[in-house]
Amino acid sequence: MLDAFAGAAGLLLTGDPTLTHIVGLSLRVSLSAVLVASVLALPVGAALALFRFPGRTGVVVLLNALMGLPPVVAGLIVYILLSRAGPLGSLGLLFTPQAMVIVQSLLIFPIVAALTRQMVSDLWVEYREQLTSLGASRVRAIPSLLWDARFSLVTALLAGFGRAVAEVGAVLIVGGNIDGVTRVMTTAIALETNKGNLSLALALGVILMGLTLAVNAVAFAVGEFSRRRYGV
Amino acid sequence: MTIRNSLGFWLGVALLVLTSHTVNGQDRGFITVASTTSTQNSGLFDTLIPQFEAATGIAVRIVAVGTGQALRIGCNGDADAVLVHAPAAEQAFIDQGCGVDRREVMFNDFVLIGPRADPANVAAADSAIDAFARIATEQAAFASRGDDSGTHKKELSIWQAADIAPAGGWYRALGAGMGAALNTAAAMNAYVMSDRATWISFNNRQDLSIVYQGDPRLFNQYASVLVNPERHPIQYDLAQVWHNWLVSSAGQAAIADYRLRGQALFTPNAP
Amino acid sequence: MSIDRTILPIELQQVVFAPRDQVLLGPINLTLGAHARTVIMGANGSGKSLLLRLCHGLIAPTSGVIRCGEQAGDPQTACIRKRQAMVFQRPVMMRRSVRGNVLYALRLRGVRGSRAEQLTQQALALVGLEALAKRSARVLSGGEQQRLALARAWVIRPEVLFLDEPTASLDPDATTAVEAAVQRFAEQGTRIIMTTHSTSQARRIADMGIWLDQGQVTQHDPLVRRTL
Repeated sequence: MLDAFAGAAGLLLTGDPTLTHIVGLSLRVSLSAVLVASVLALPVGAALALFRFPGRTGVVVLLNALMGLPPVVAGLIVYILLSRAGPLGSLGLLFTPQAMVIVQSLLIFPIVAALTRQMVSDLWVEYREQLTSLGASRVRAIPSLLWDARFSLVTALLAGFGRAVAEVGAVLIVGGNIDGVTRVMTTAIALETNKGNLSLALALGVILMGLTLAVNAVAFAVGEFSRRRYGV
Repeated sequence: MTIRNSLGFWLGVALLVLTSHTVNGQDRGFITVASTTSTQNSGLFDTLIPQFEAATGIAVRIVAVGTGQALRIGCNGDADAVLVHAPAAEQAFIDQGCGVDRREVMFNDFVLIGPRADPANVAAADSAIDAFARIATEQAAFASRGDDSGTHKKELSIWQAADIAPAGGWYRALGAGMGAALNTAAAMNAYVMSDRATWISFNNRQDLSIVYQGDPRLFNQYASVLVNPERHPIQYDLAQVWHNWLVSSAGQAAIADYRLRGQALFTPNAP
Repeated sequence: MSIDRTILPIELQQVVFAPRDQVLLGPINLTLGAHARTVIMGANGSGKSLLLRLCHGLIAPTSGVIRCGEQAGDPQTACIRKRQAMVFQRPVMMRRSVRGNVLYALRLRGVRGSRAEQLTQQALALVGLEALAKRSARVLSGGEQQRLALARAWVIRPEVLFLDEPTASLDPDATTAVEAAVQRFAEQGTRIIMTTHSTSQARRIADMGIWLDQGQVTQHDPLVRRTL
């Protein structure tokens, strides 16, 4: 284990361009996926919190269940869609970082949407009378509630990011682990493990965990700062 | 920051992040080649592709999976060419109209890996079939790839030739790539069949070593097949350049020159 | 703010509020808004808050009609969007700055830009919060939060301002500040309709008193105001 930490430090200190690219791609793909998923999941989650319609309970249960969507299944679905033999084949997106963004967005969407629904529901209990009194319709209340829940929602986004950046099965299928193009931290770790380079794989794992830790620490710090400034 | 402004800001960031995924400019574009974990894990592509790119300006993207999956990826048009090692499956690939123009590129051989103690006394076998029969008789632990790869197909063909239907607690179908299978075999102290290149480049051998090798039956031929351009809009012209380069004197020399730990991993044998 | 037709007087005809067949309020016949400052008094559970919420349009009557001005409004939306506002006993401070809270109320009415800035400044000045404009609303003291709620409600220049026990959870100094702000609003021409359980507060503020008991209006009299 100590070797792994020493190896990780060594890799980082040498500033190996391959490693830099892999780390950068992991961050870019997973952060993009968080953004793409959130643009859709935040309003959907909020709408589920505010509106009552037939089948709403079913949608909520489905969304909660999809938080456990097996990544390999997500990968397979996106592979079939993006394959040249599939319906979206003409886009030529298979084995590209964009395909990885798509599959990770698919994995993140239920998490962000379900957590958003929960958080916005709680906030709506508190805000409902006041917003109605100020003259906000429910549709108009959605962006207001999302904005006022922003500090809690960061947690939802981080949960999504964590799932995306740690995932290997889906990105392997739709990305192909192509050196310099679609190789990210997790697929690189899998590859090095398969080569029997266990210490190198572990060193990469340490870097990945450090990366996740850093992202969470930054988000936590920003959240705490803002919380103190704006009150809970 | 108002909601409106911040939304615009984040959308801008999203677009920036998404569009920054452009690959370093290649002069003539790129092709995707579906190949096997054995060639990828051996490190061959790491020397082969830079030489090809320097010579032609065409980038090559390798998707390394089992031979069976590589052929399926090719058949779906998701690769422009395949480089695999299962002659019968390759022929079927062509017969189904998925591929065209099979060319033999190089070979290495399969070796039987096992614990140094060699409980089934495989080292004394006089053929690959005899070696497999000894393992079955002893019911010594055997790790099979079990993933429809070229190596898996070869292993199954040897069991068949030995007239053995491997089953029981000693026979473990892993459903894993070559490297993962070697890791598992090392952990279980089991016998396992591997291509020589992956074995030489494998770094987690623990108590494993080569226990049997040399039977002509263990010959492992790699071939390049182009994906049928009439099926899918693939990069046929660029793929042809790759295809031809592999069997050219430059490509063959590049393969012959690749050594790891002082050993040649592949022997070029284009006709 | 567009010049709407007046929503005064607010007329309740045979209004009953009876969720799940349990009559909590009514039947009530009442005309509100004829006087500058009206207080509604009564014990806890007498229905003061319900009456205010019905008039404000937050809840719909089970039966009966509430008229805003000349036309019968759809109580869920029409009355509320018109020129009236409400301050709650425990107002919800949105997670924004003091200024942001007031600007938000204006934005919902379609007022933006320099006009919104100007109105916000005036409203904050009227409740004495201009120095705290950039502070986060949720770190203010209870009294400051209530004054901000007043500014946020008044900034749209409502014809009628409903106040639901606005000082019930405040200390005496904060209560004085809130009452002063209410008086200033009234002087600017906004009709005040406020619930309270404090007779002395009623006398300090109002010129008309309505007494509720068990959901019924028991008394409806002019008050003799005490000067502050």
